[in-house]
Formats: sequence, C-alpha cells, structure tokens
Amino acid sequence: MKKRWISYPYLLWMIIFIIVPLILVLCFSIFISTDNGLQFSLNNYKRFMEPLYLKVLWRSVVLAGISTIICLILGYPVAMILASKQMSKKSFLLFLCILPMWMNFLLRTYAWMTLLEKNGFINKILSFFGIGPFQLLYNNAAVILGMVYNFIPFMILPIYSVMKKIDPSVIEAAEDLGANQITVFKKIIFPLSLPGVFSGISMVFMPAVTTFVIPRLLGGGQFMLIGNLIERQFLLSGDWNFGSAVSIVMMIIILISMAIISKYDKEHEGGQLW
Amino acid sequence: MAENIIELVNISKTYDSTEVLKNINLYIRKNEFLTLLGPSGCGKTTTLRIIAGFEHPTSGSVLFEGKNVNSLPPYKRKVNTVFQKYALFSHMNVEENIAFGLKIKKLDKKTIKEKVRNVLKLVNLEGYEKRSIDSLSGGQQQRIAIARALVNEPDVLLLDEPLGALDLKLRQDMQVELKRMQKQLGITFIYVTHDQEEALTMSDTIVVMKDGMIQQIGTPEDIYNEPKNAFVADFIGESNIISGIMKKDCLVEFNNAIFKCVDKGFGINQPVDVVIRPEDIEITDKDSGIISGIVESVTFKGVHYEMIIKTDSFSWIVHSTTMHPPKSLVGIKIAPYNIHIMKKVVE
Repeated sequence: MKKRWISYPYLLWMIIFIIVPLILVLCFSIFISTDNGLQFSLNNYKRFMEPLYLKVLWRSVVLAGISTIICLILGYPVAMILASKQMSKKSFLLFLCILPMWMNFLLRTYAWMTLLEKNGFINKILSFFGIGPFQLLYNNAAVILGMVYNFIPFMILPIYSVMKKIDPSVIEAAEDLGANQITVFKKIIFPLSLPGVFSGISMVFMPAVTTFVIPRLLGGGQFMLIGNLIERQFLLSGDWNFGSAVSIVMMIIILISMAIISKYDKEHEGGQLW
Repeated sequence: MAENIIELVNISKTYDSTEVLKNINLYIRKNEFLTLLGPSGCGKTTTLRIIAGFEHPTSGSVLFEGKNVNSLPPYKRKVNTVFQKYALFSHMNVEENIAFGLKIKKLDKKTIKEKVRNVLKLVNLEGYEKRSIDSLSGGQQQRIAIARALVNEPDVLLLDEPLGALDLKLRQDMQVELKRMQKQLGITFIYVTHDQEEALTMSDTIVVMKDGMIQQIGTPEDIYNEPKNAFVADFIGESNIISGIMKKDCLVEFNNAIFKCVDKGFGINQPVDVVIRPEDIEITDKDSGIISGIVESVTFKGVHYEMIIKTDSFSWIVHSTTMHPPKSLVGIKIAPYNIHIMKKVVE
C-alpha cells in the first residue's frame, strides 16, 4: 500500500474518539480512588454479580431478545417482498421503510407515548366503542413495541440487501429440479438469506439491549434495564466506576454473542459487524 | 423415423410491446442434439426458457410428446436445464447439489448415493462428493451443473450457453464430452449458443435464428454448405458477401467481371447476393485470374493465412496455406460450384 498516509487522519480519529475513551472506561472500572491514590480493585465487578443487578441484566436480554424475534418475524416477509422481482413499486416501499429513520429517535418515542397514554389516541378510540381505558404505557409490552418500532429497519435492510443478491437463476434451477414454491423457500431462499438474518439480528439486538431512552419513556422508568442502570450511575449516582464496570460487562457480552453469530455464519459473507 | 418429443407451434413472445419471438415453428426429434444458434438478442434463450417453463408464450403452444404443456410449471416438466452461469447452490456441497432433485422425488438414501456416484463418474469427477462448490474450478462447476441435471434422467436436457465462461481449450474438451454423454445416455439435448463452431461440432440439427425468427433449419453440413440467405452464410463461418447481377442461368456478374456458376432459375439481370467462402477463393499469379487485386494485409491464423485482397470494387477475405506478401499484385479465381447465389434479402 503506497498511500497508507491517507488512513492516518482516520487512525487519529479512532484513537481519540474510540480507543482512548475505551481505555478510560476500563480504567474507571478497575481502579478506585482511595486516600492513598488510585488502587486496583475488582469490587465494581463483584457488585454487578449481586442478584439485583443480574436481574436487570436478565430482563434487558429477554426484552431485547423478544424484540429481535418480533423484528425478524415482521421484517423477514417485508424484506422478501421488497427483494422479489415482481414488485414494481419497490423503491417506494423501501422508502417508506426508511422514512421513519429520518425523524429524531426521541421524537418518535415521544409520539408513541402520546398515542399510548391514558387519555391518548388509542384509548380514546377504544372508549368510543365502549372499551377501556387500558394501561398501555409503562409496561414490558410498551417497551417491546418501542424497540420493534425503532429498530425494525435494521432488520429489514440487511435481509433485503442479501436477498436482492440471490441469483434468480438459482431459484429457477431449483424449480427446474422439481422443487415447488415451498421447497424452494425452505431449501434455497431461506438458507441463502441467513447472512442477512444474522446481521439483522445483531444490528437489532445490540441497540435494543443497551437502550435507555425507550425503557425510560415507554417503561416509565419504574423498572430498570441495563442501559438505564449505566445511565443512572453516570448521571444520578455519580458512581462512574460502577457504571464503567457495567459497560465493560455489557461490551463483553455483546462481543461473545457476535462471536457466536459469526461462527454460525462462517461460510457466508454477509454485512457482518464482527 | 424417430418421433417428435417436443413441438413448438406458432410460438410468439412479446415483452412490453417488443416482439422477441415471431411465430416460431419447430419440432425436435427424440435423441437428437439440436442447437439454437444466433447472435445475442435473437430469441434463442427465450425459446429455451419457454420449453423449460420459465416463460410463457404470448401465443402458440408447446407440445411435449403430443400433449400441450403450456400451463405446466417448470417443476412438473420432464426437462432439466443447465444454466449459463451454472446456478449451483453455493450453500450445499457437490453431493447435496446433485441429490437435490432426487431428494424431492423421495428416493431412498442408498439409491441417491448410488446415482450421485454414477453421474459423477459420467462427468469425470469421481470422489468429489464432499467438496464445496467454491473450491471447484469453472470447468468443474460446469460439470457439476450438468451432473445435477442429468442425474434426474430427464427426457430432454436444455443447455443455455453452458460453455460460455470456459477458456477455449476447456471448451473444446467439453464439447466432445457433452457429445459423448448425449450419445451414451440417449437423451435429447437442446443447446443454445452464439458460437457457430460449437454448433457445427456438436449438433445433429442446427436452428439458425435472427430477430426472433428462424432463418434456417438443417444439418451442420447443410447450413455450412448451402446457407439459405446472406445472414446465415455470414453467421456460419466467414464469408465474402457481394452484390451481383444474374446475367442468365449459370452466369453471374460481380466485382465488374463475369463468373460461371451452377445456379439456375433466377430472372435475367436480377440483383442477387453472391456468397463465397474465404477458403474457396484461389489465388493465382496476376494474369491468370478472372479478377486481380492487391494484397492489403496478411494475418497468420495457425493452419492458414488470412489475406485481405483489394480489387477495384471489393475487399476479399481469402484463406490460403500459401502466403502472398502485402502489396503484391495477385489474381483471383473461383470455381463455379463454390459460388453461392442468394436472393437479395429485402430489409
């Protein structure tokens, strides 16, 4: 590579904004300041092993997992329809899928709050028919709804781009060899779309498991997810050391899950993040 | 007389108001090697896809052993296709690829294994069962694609330019091998190509197509020696095509000279196309030819030299084993039976 110097600004950027902060977070998590200066300690990690915090972690993973599965179930058919060659209006449909992403993330979540409120739009319509009002906000379902709504484009797009690249003659070859539509899907389209599915899963699961805005707004903050826990350490309790430790644990968990996914995905090349 | 296995009756196909096929009528006999030959965009692949069932004709019908199969989906037809880019299943290994059709037919595992082994032997790739598709070379992938189709024992095998991506040497080997397989298995092959040499080498019957119409159907010899029109003559091998005027039976004028020929039945002074193969032109010394010209360029082609000889009104392509240096003055002689007279094509 002759023009290696071209990469230097990016390298510098990455060092300043990624490597250095990461090291800082790591330092905060393993050192505590005592009267004798900084001291090495794993107490922060030990603290995270308390049932109270493990429960928070568990709840985060479960909610994010459910959201990811729902995103997959809803998003896969959409991606398939978008990628099918019969669709003539597909660029418009794709546009509709991406459109919500142009709006501010917070704004979109606030919009759901007003819709789901006790005096919100949905309850008003329900009461018109003489049902309700229901407590729609501040529960798990509302949080999952918020996650699915916000993250589903990240499921649709990778699956769509992988499916679009499937050579139509491969599908024709399967039909030619005697496969009907269902067999073609099971044996050809689905296995070939797996790289997209894997990267979709990781692109939804990761932000879902660490989000703190959605659980705070739609979950009402009365139960905590891992993202809220971290946010609280930094902004409310001022316990940067514990917050850093939780962040590091979270990062390790995500790395491990990415490694597992990419292991299953070894022979395929998808839009992998790992 | 072998019976017809496939008949195409008045097939037309229109895509968004472009006519791709215009009233194609064609019958294909059992066990023959038939080639659809033509330049790209002539409708040969569309014809193949209609037989396979991937496309539906706008009008006309496809008969399979006398029965109309227009509404039959591809997976119910007794034909298999070898695709241009092989279309192998990259997420399966060689064995799974070949066994795909057999598994759908729900054959038992032992039979499948046996059949896969036999067909791999047929395509000279014994022991490749567990290899992944990515690890194979183009030629090997191509054989797997053929094996995958042949293992289903189709009545008809359709091949859509299967050798297009291979290099020349491999292509020639595969031509011989395909012909061998076809003879050995006794299956009807319908082969699509734009390569005239390939068509001449392998086919029992060649169908020359242009602009969605059949130009000529015949054996390789017929097509080469007796092309029906200037297009066929030009497409099958190199040709000199020159406008001429029929003086009377067996006498034609072109290139400002009168030549004896063997064609009869044209009107007196009727304008015609005269087709002469480059290897049929005889070069003599400058005074003993019927016409004379100057050698413009010489290209060595291996077996022969290709020379461009410029006369007062035409540049002749001549193939000869003896070389005449550029700028030398030579004479040209053409035997009467080597002069092919064709009606002028009205464009």
